Amino acid sequence: MVPLSYYLVLSAILFACGVAGFLIKRNIITIFLSIELMLNGVNLSFVAFAAQLNKLEGHIFVFFVMVVAAAEAAVGLAIIIAVFRTRETLNVDRVNLLKL
Amino acid sequence: MSMHLWIIPLLPLAGAAVNGLLGKRFPRALVNAIALGFTAAPFAMALWVAAQFAGLSPDQIPHIERYATWLSAGAFSAEYGMYLDQLSVIMMLVVTGVGFLIHVYSVGYMEHEGGYYRYFAYLNIFMFFMLTLVLANNYLLMFVGWEGVGLASYLLIGFWFLKKSAADAGKKAFITNRVGDFGFLIALFLLIKHFGTLQYDSLWPLISRYPVETGAAGLLTAIGLLMLVGATGKSAQIPLYVWLPDAMEGPTPVSALIHAATMVTAGVYMVARSHLVFNRAPDAQMAVAVIGTLTAIFAASIGIVQTDIKKVLAYSTISQLGYMFMACGVLDYVGGIFHLMTHAFFKALLFLAAGSVIHGLGGEQDMRHMGGLRKYLPYTFWSMTIATFAIAGLPPFAGFFSKDRILWSAWSSGYHVLWLVGVITAGMTSFYMFRLWFLTFFGKYRGPNPETVAHGHDADAQHAGHTGAVQDAKDAHAAAGSHGHRSPHESPWVMVVPLMILALLSLVGGWAGVPHSLHGSDRFGTFLSPAFNEASATPGAAAATPAEAKPESEDNSTELAFSSISVGLAALGFLAAWWLYYKRPELPERMAKAAGGLYTLLLDKYKIDELYGAVIIQPLILLSTNVFWKGIDQGLIDRAVDGSATDAREASDAMRHMQSGNIRSYAGWVAVGAAAVIAFMVWRGVR
Repeated sequence: MVPLSYYLVLSAILFACGVAGFLIKRNIITIFLSIELMLNGVNLSFVAFAAQLNKLEGHIFVFFVMVVAAAEAAVGLAIIIAVFRTRETLNVDRVNLLKL
Repeated sequence: MSMHLWIIPLLPLAGAAVNGLLGKRFPRALVNAIALGFTAAPFAMALWVAAQFAGLSPDQIPHIERYATWLSAGAFSAEYGMYLDQLSVIMMLVVTGVGFLIHVYSVGYMEHEGGYYRYFAYLNIFMFFMLTLVLANNYLLMFVGWEGVGLASYLLIGFWFLKKSAADAGKKAFITNRVGDFGFLIALFLLIKHFGTLQYDSLWPLISRYPVETGAAGLLTAIGLLMLVGATGKSAQIPLYVWLPDAMEGPTPVSALIHAATMVTAGVYMVARSHLVFNRAPDAQMAVAVIGTLTAIFAASIGIVQTDIKKVLAYSTISQLGYMFMACGVLDYVGGIFHLMTHAFFKALLFLAAGSVIHGLGGEQDMRHMGGLRKYLPYTFWSMTIATFAIAGLPPFAGFFSKDRILWSAWSSGYHVLWLVGVITAGMTSFYMFRLWFLTFFGKYRGPNPETVAHGHDADAQHAGHTGAVQDAKDAHAAAGSHGHRSPHESPWVMVVPLMILALLSLVGGWAGVPHSLHGSDRFGTFLSPAFNEASATPGAAAATPAEAKPESEDNSTELAFSSISVGLAALGFLAAWWLYYKRPELPERMAKAAGGLYTLLLDKYKIDELYGAVIIQPLILLSTNVFWKGIDQGLIDRAVDGSATDAREASDAMRHMQSGNIRSYAGWVAVGAAAVIAFMVWRGVR
């Protein structure tokens, strides 16, 4: 059996990659994907603990996160399309005003 | 029985209200009618009240009318009420009578001036406050009138407020009076603290229980001295007399009103009204006498060298007020009030006659540019003559009787030094008044030739310059301009008639108090002295009063001898003036040169203004500028207020940069925040 620490380290690496991408990248879609990466890093921790401790709550939490992430993806992509339509760019550094 | 005394002060107030609020649109005739009507009515009513008063039996005096509780705080309360005794009857008659005559005269004098309605509104309000002062039945209401005349004098002295000297003179009068008012106010606080009331009728019995403070000065001495401080401010005594000469910046009838009927007499009235306090405080009473005497001779010596006709009269007022204080100080209140009354007549006359001269010369006030006016202004000349003889104390004019009574009181109460100074002052008074008389009315006319005089003449320009102040500037300029071209002329009837009435009063006014030594009956003294009799002022507490029964069998021949001394000195003053200013008019200049420094010192009024400037005003200005303005106001308050605003702005400016609009920087802050929270939680967990 794979020890718990392996999962946790992988989860931390995934999360750190997400944070790094989130801070460094300028393309909105890449940032969006980085957020998904962070969410999934956390999901991995949840299921790892759930399996280790034999509890159901971790699994349920993961499903909730997935549902929320799906909803977020739907809304987020819609916003991204709206931003692209008005600004004709996906570079976040140029999306720095609330109004045009 | 009520005499409705409250109507008397309220009538001039009503006149002031109508003229002051609506007068701007009224034609002059209507303004005149209102101003004169609302001063004639209180005079008529005062006469009626005096007639009623004569019918009162002695136990009904003082006649007190209470209308309402004005204010009450805890155990203390003050009424709105009137107090009528012999003293207030005389004051009321003088104020309304002389005041009314001055109003009539003003109609002519102010004819060419702008702000006509404003002038009469101020005059009326002056009368209102003065009547409140003399009729009030408690010190607090008296204080209302006391402050009110200060206000009215400020408004009237600064009437030509576009002229800086006039505005400054108004301020000076007001501020100097504030200093005195402060003393008076503290005296009132002491009265409240120790007696719990300011009502005359409840105060008198309480005060009469106190013994005379011989040896150790006590409460009543303190009160008396503080009251004296108040009186020196209002009645222009040393050391607070400095405002009065400057008050000459106002229109001449205003000077007459201030000097004769209202304002300066308030201090004498207050001392006389508080006679119970002074009777029990020999030190305070001594201070009154000494200050009065010093002021008398001090002001007279300045008056000798003044060249401005109004300034001479101003200093003579200060000097005469000194006599009144001297009288009060030697406990001859009757003499003080008697002199107050006769002085009101002849000083009003002097000022109005001087005003008539000034008016006739189109604004000239310097006596060196007058002379020979006897021919041009005959009525003014004759009334001025009577007034001059009256103030010089020559019999049988009014001033003789009152001044002589005071001097005799000073001698007979043992103040021989005061008597001596008083007599010398009488000689000086006679000298400077006849100097004025000769310079103005005799010799050759030294003014500018009427044909060549132009608008450019100083006094003329000034006269016209006043006017632009409020309205009708063009109109008034034209009037003053046409004025300047004419030769000296007699004033219109509306000005001359009051002069004649006052001249008559200056002639006969003293006959009311012909002393027993001259086989008179001293009706004035007989009438007034009950007001200063302790028993009558304090019904029910008569037992405590050691009645000051003056032995009536006085040595008449001694009194007559003293009278002849002062009359002789007055005559000497007349002769000296005649010799110097009529017979040998070139002499005074040579004498002035010979006297050198002394003459300059007198001309500079002993440099008292400069002294006050250096000792009091400059340090105050420096203190105010450097400590209160630049130190506390700018350094502390402004810096606290401005500083907190600046700090807030700078802090916000720093914070503002966080709101860059850059999404990645926000993300960075989120990450940093999250890291900080995690670090905190880990730290907690480890601990």
